Amino acid sequence: MKTLVTLTVNGEERSLAVEGYRSLLDTLREEAGLTGTKKGCDVGDCGACTVIVDGEPVNACLMLAVEAAGRDVRTVEGMQAGPDALHPLQEAFMEHGASQCGFCTPGILLMAQSLLERNPDPSDEEIRFGLSGNICRCTGYTKIFDAIRTAARRMAAPPADASGLEAAE
Amino acid sequence: MRRFEYHEPGTLAEASDLLTGLGEGTFLLAGGTDLLVEIRERLRRVHHLVNIKRITDLDAVTLDGEGLRFGALVTAGTLERHPEVARLYPNLWAGLRSLGSIQVRNRATVVGNICRASPSADTIPPLVADGAEIETWAPNGGRRIALADFFTGPGRSVLAPGEIATGIRVPPPATGSGRAYIKHGRRRAMELATVGVAVSLETADGRCTAARIALGAVGPTVLRAPGAEAILTGSRLEAGIVAAAAEQAMLECTPISNVRSSANYRRDMVGVLTRRAVTLALEAAA
Repeated sequence: MKTLVTLTVNGEERSLAVEGYRSLLDTLREEAGLTGTKKGCDVGDCGACTVIVDGEPVNACLMLAVEAAGRDVRTVEGMQAGPDALHPLQEAFMEHGASQCGFCTPGILLMAQSLLERNPDPSDEEIRFGLSGNICRCTGYTKIFDAIRTAARRMAAPPADASGLEAAE
Repeated sequence: MRRFEYHEPGTLAEASDLLTGLGEGTFLLAGGTDLLVEIRERLRRVHHLVNIKRITDLDAVTLDGEGLRFGALVTAGTLERHPEVARLYPNLWAGLRSLGSIQVRNRATVVGNICRASPSADTIPPLVADGAEIETWAPNGGRRIALADFFTGPGRSVLAPGEIATGIRVPPPATGSGRAYIKHGRRRAMELATVGVAVSLETADGRCTAARIALGAVGPTVLRAPGAEAILTGSRLEAGIVAAAAEQAMLECTPISNVRSSANYRRDMVGVLTRRAVTLALEAAA
């Protein structure tokens, strides 16, 4: 029996008809059409399906879609401010080559965003701890950590450059 | 995922009726981080899931003169981020922090980790060593059970059909007490304990007045080590006494060999970790 589940996805209210046994992960990908959230292990070990529910990162494979009723869900598709504006973390990942095959990237981006929301200036150890539930088999993590440090620095700095330029013009 | 019928009762009475009335293959869903994996990996045949998350009053955390109490829906992440839990119960905090990943801890409930009754569960040894009790609801009245008496085997507890665990109570840390939990695994993140040792001590005037040792992953349930506790109690916890207690704990555990470790290695680690955990607990008590 399908239930109509109403939830907020990336700021937009969505009503999705789901069976009680469907995971939030499958529902986001197949019913909501948001395939940015990846299905890696499907048992909560790899972190590729990480989404933010009511401000907390969770594995979308370990949550039933019906349990997301009335909740606020953020996926990697919601990170960008607009179609042409990447999030500072996304920019930094591109610059540092922190994404190779890309399968772990959406989960790691959201986990990094969640980390920086709580702790804008994390130590190396805190970055490692923050990403301990996300597996990357390509990069060896070094470039991912570099990218997060770069993004954290930029996000913490006041937007002095832009206003300075405007003043000069 | 294998299909099942999903139920969302609004009260404990409704949940209990569903659990007993729907018959074979009916399971209670709290966090779901173990149960949903078992369904997907076909380790458990599930026909009905009874989700208790809509039941009110199961998500409270209180910390006062009576100690710590948390309800069945409190996640490991919520307790981990509670600043007073980290300060007053560093042993439980260490267990919480090494359970799964941040994402898993934001879904997994501590009471679920307990009711799953795995001998290697990270939250059980510190709570057993601290003398915690589990509270239940049942149609004919609930009860409070010492956590040390709750488990009957791997995955098994004294919970009766239709009886639901509603929360955990942990006594307040006494003056002069100290506590520690040490987990040993092959890696630091996303790991099940190869061995876990929790020690809680009470001291007065440089003498140990009470000691509780809980050993994880070295028996069918988390085990107490009463002989080792007796060696510590009444002593001044000199190095020789601590070493004797650690030797005794090695004799009192009943480890098996499996994919994570041999029985002999586990037994050796019980000795090492008991000695270290007593030392840490003693430092915290000072």
